[in-house]
Amino acid sequence: MEKFTSVTGVGVPLRRSGVDTDQIIPAVFLKRVTKTGFDDALFANWRQDPEFILNQPEYSGARVLVAGPDFGTGSSREHAVWALRDYGFDAVLAPKFADIFRGNSGKQGLLTGVISEEDCEKLWAALEAQPGVELSVDLVEKKATLGDLVVPFEVDDYIRWRLLEGLDDIALTLRNEQAITDFEAKREGWRPKTLPVRHA
Amino acid sequence: MNKPRTLAEKVWDDHLVVKGEDGTPDLIYIDLHLVHEVTSPQAFDGLRQAGRPLRRLDLTIATEDHNTPTLAIDKPIADETSRVQIQTLRNNAEEFGVRLHSLGDLEQGIVHVVGPQLGLTMPGITVVCGDSHTSTHGAFGAMAFGIGTSEVEHVMATQTLPLKAFKTMAINVEGTLKPGVSAKDIILAVIAKIGANGGQGYVLEFRGSAIRALSMEGRMTICNMAIEAGARAGMVAPDQTTFDYLEGRPHAPVGADWDEAVAYWKTLPTDEGATYDAEVNLDANELEPFVTWGTNPGQGVSLSDVVPSPADFSDPNERAAAERALEYMDLTPGTKLKDVPVDAVFMGSCTNSRIEDIRVFAAIVDGKKKADGVRVMVVPGSARVRLEAEAEGLDKIIEAFGAEWRFAGCSMCLGMNPDQLAPGERCASTSNRNFEGRQGKGGRTHLVSPQVAAATAIRGTLSSPSDLEG
Ligand code: SF4
Repeated sequence: MEKFTSVTGVGVPLRRSGVDTDQIIPAVFLKRVTKTGFDDALFANWRQDPEFILNQPEYSGARVLVAGPDFGTGSSREHAVWALRDYGFDAVLAPKFADIFRGNSGKQGLLTGVISEEDCEKLWAALEAQPGVELSVDLVEKKATLGDLVVPFEVDDYIRWRLLEGLDDIALTLRNEQAITDFEAKREGWRPKTLPVRHA
Repeated sequence: MNKPRTLAEKVWDDHLVVKGEDGTPDLIYIDLHLVHEVTSPQAFDGLRQAGRPLRRLDLTIATEDHNTPTLAIDKPIADETSRVQIQTLRNNAEEFGVRLHSLGDLEQGIVHVVGPQLGLTMPGITVVCGDSHTSTHGAFGAMAFGIGTSEVEHVMATQTLPLKAFKTMAINVEGTLKPGVSAKDIILAVIAKIGANGGQGYVLEFRGSAIRALSMEGRMTICNMAIEAGARAGMVAPDQTTFDYLEGRPHAPVGADWDEAVAYWKTLPTDEGATYDAEVNLDANELEPFVTWGTNPGQGVSLSDVVPSPADFSDPNERAAAERALEYMDLTPGTKLKDVPVDAVFMGSCTNSRIEDIRVFAAIVDGKKKADGVRVMVVPGSARVRLEAEAEGLDKIIEAFGAEWRFAGCSMCLGMNPDQLAPGERCASTSNRNFEGRQGKGGRTHLVSPQVAAATAIRGTLSSPSDLEG
């Protein structure tokens, strides 16, 4: 996972609250066997509507999503985060996130910043006034900047640290690589081994 | 002297790679990782993207089970999703070097039947799999639990998992089972007693004379369904029954390793004086064949009872759940369960598809004819179970009875393959989940033991073996 310090890119005002994971990625896409290639699945039902915001050419190359409260509720599918990442989003700002979604995001390098409802309105207005405008999200300073508008956001300390260090779960565990190797060296001979194959 | 510890605590302690501090989880070593086609694709994909190898191929084994057809297994799989998942597992196993038992292979079968059968599942080890019924392996005194796809990737890459310690619950089952009552009835009664969420956060340890008297197959049936009480895992302390089952299996230890292992395994049972976070008692003498009437495994009663009324439940949530369940199941309160007719009987799944289960079923239906209009399917848990049953002539008995004798797999336990109930069909099933639509959209499931499945197939209504007498 790459280190995350800040991101600057096109911001998308998604004026909806209670966006659940079923809307982020409909269940039919869960049958896939890869972890990538979900960009077409993101908001798939909404995107059938030509008026939907992501279908507007100004917002192509979007990297920051600004959504209403209770983003990511519903079933705990990790695919929701994969879809947002694949589409190109590095950060979602919203007044409130579902816990599991927030946890899953931190593991996949997607920043979820909590902003006030007031600031959310301001960001929406600014993004709508100039469709396709870029904003910066600075994880070190914990603030988002769009021209003169500066909006602070909250992020869980542990998730922030992991994002700043670029550590996924596996990388974190592998910091204990030596301890794992030492443990393996003491593993008793009777414990199961699947190889070499033995038959009855 | 050391503080007395439970079985679960001992296994945990012996797998601590790094002890967590300040609320961070412990890092636990994983002895055995079982893989199947449904939850592994994205895990392999994650490794590929990050350029990570699979750390311990020699502690990993894969089999195809959830999507495999149980008829015409030499033909290409018709359903595209199923075919793609299986082909993906084959490609991944090849690319990463994972041992895989594919459809048609002698060791193919339901992942939880294959591990014990090969002698890979043993006491005092940690076992994980991207499947909730991994708890099955706890029957050997192993710590075994299901994990999610990102954890599957984690184990593949590191052979460890960061985990928070579980609470422990003792389930004491004392006494002697009546004839016709089995391990399945014990676990259905336990779940009905503590509720489908009653075990949440706990490792259940099944103890007492009735558990000690069970075969390994029976213990596996019980631990398999620990998860249906919401528990993280189920365990039974290893004893001579365990050692006898294991000895001589392909991957069981041999020679000095065997002696060392047995000596260690004998130290695993819970110490005198150790305490559990919770305890539950069940009298085996009073147990009768059990059956579920609702849409979660906790909604069960004795087969000789009647369908309960929602009014029987004082808890408003339970009452509402009962109302919904009865409507879905199309059952009227007060109806004798033994008067409920079925359309189908499914004998299989990782709960009850081992050779002993098939033997029990065959012994009851031997020389009889199935009830008219009832479809009866017998699906062995693994290719080896199928062969073993055929060597004993059980397939002939089952076919003469009028039942279908199929190839190994999960089959109608979850209907990912073509083995499904039609909408509205009612089934007596030896599997472990009776959720709405689990065995096919609109299908109605009654969870039962192999004994009850056999008697029901003969009579056409929910029945216990004692109903066949006279
Ligand atoms: S038999 Fe059923 S419960 Fe067991 S692994 Fe297969 S699908 Fe899951």
